[in-house]
Amino acid sequence: MSLLALREVSKRFGGVNALSGVSFAVEPGEILGIIGPNGAGKTTLLNCISGVARLDAGDISWKEQSIKDVAPYRRAHLGIGRTFQIVRPFPSMTVRENTAMGVLFGRPHSRLQPAAAMKAADEVLELVGLVEKREYPVLRLTVPDRKRLELARALAMRPQLLLLDEVMAGLNHVEVEQALSMVRRIRENGVTIVLIEHVMKVIIGVCSRAIVLNFGRTLAEGPPEEVLKDRRVIEAYLGERYAKDHESPPRPGEGHDGP
Amino acid sequence: MGLDMTALLEVTGLTAGFGSTPVLFEVSLDVQPGELMALIGANGAGKSTLLGALSGLVQIFDGDIRFDGRRLVGLRPERIVASGLAHVPQGRRLFGTMSVERNLLLGGYRRHDSGVRQDLQRILRYFPALADKMARDAGTLSGGEQQMVAIGRGLMARPKLLMIDEPSLGLAPKIVDRVMEIVKEINQDGTAVLLVEQDVTLALEIADRGYVLEDGRVAMSGRAQDLRRDPAVRKAYLGV
Repeated sequence: MSLLALREVSKRFGGVNALSGVSFAVEPGEILGIIGPNGAGKTTLLNCISGVARLDAGDISWKEQSIKDVAPYRRAHLGIGRTFQIVRPFPSMTVRENTAMGVLFGRPHSRLQPAAAMKAADEVLELVGLVEKREYPVLRLTVPDRKRLELARALAMRPQLLLLDEVMAGLNHVEVEQALSMVRRIRENGVTIVLIEHVMKVIIGVCSRAIVLNFGRTLAEGPPEEVLKDRRVIEAYLGERYAKDHESPPRPGEGHDGP
Repeated sequence: MGLDMTALLEVTGLTAGFGSTPVLFEVSLDVQPGELMALIGANGAGKSTLLGALSGLVQIFDGDIRFDGRRLVGLRPERIVASGLAHVPQGRRLFGTMSVERNLLLGGYRRHDSGVRQDLQRILRYFPALADKMARDAGTLSGGEQQMVAIGRGLMARPKLLMIDEPSLGLAPKIVDRVMEIVKEINQDGTAVLLVEQDVTLALEIADRGYVLEDGRVAMSGRAQDLRRDPAVRKAYLGV
């Protein structure tokens, strides 16, 4: 049984067709990558899944039940967690308190005591590597730490499906490696992941499958290595430099990994 | 480098930060006229803070900044822009509900010369994709187009030095290449560029020289081609 299924999903903004007839399913335990040019509809797609945007046509089902008309907060309680590209933590709270808000929101009927919520928050902060900064006011966090906190708040709800919107933008190569092992740990904890990234190292590094959106339609779909070699994807999205750098052996004087 | 009379920008022993907390410690660097300088370092190393200090947006505790023969420390941001130092901030920071054209014109709001309209045309030569979008709200453009508007807005001040903070942020690979080509073009047309970029490979490919910031201090500097081969840089920033 698919965890999530989209059927012919369409979304318009005025005269712009942000999504036109997009269909795919997400299987439990997979990490699905969504890539495509800026403006292709990737964030709109996450908005449709999390309920922030309403569909103009098509259907979305969660464990074979339509959630098309279910409010965003109820979708969160069903197990769909997400991060936002533009992070909005509670500015006057600490890292730990922000995360505890996610814990409490995710367990609305549990009558959890604040101390227990803080303890649950610490476990999540450990997973994302922020536990040493738990008493920091959020405004003191660097950009990558704010992204980690955004992830912690979503994880604190104990989602079954986690939607990540460019949580690795602005990280350098080494920081991306650290973030990748964090994503793998989250998956090992039983969370299915759909992520948007422009960093191909991420797509190749953790995704079992990738979908390429272009002008609101699916341009290609399949294992990342294949999708990234697709001529149409190179033309619309990756560009010739990427294709050249990744298909031919390193140029003389560059790279030291050859024999 | 010591006292350099020909440098366009010369920063000496700069300590700067927020409130009472310094983020930069005794940073010294220079940018020569027409040079493309890369500023690299991990997140939190102080790169954006340094650009902020140069723009007059961050508190300076100690040290000196000389630009084009004049002292910038203590000048208000608008005076710094008028002296020829423009800043393209991280995350573009456009006025989303204003048209592309008005965003661009705002970049030249301190200017009173007659060349403003001509410069608008000059910018469209760098960014022809913006030509038929001048009347659109900037917020409705794609990320790549918004970055082009942000760089164009910086150019409207006719800077001698353009500081660009992470232009590749959130952009598709193909668009990143295009933006970097344009940065190189702008530089080849005579504008010095101070480029902060997380994609270190890309930055060092187009730059003449580079500085590496670590924990608010200059850890290394040199010709871009040498930094690209440096084992410490490769390990820390290129992940190889």
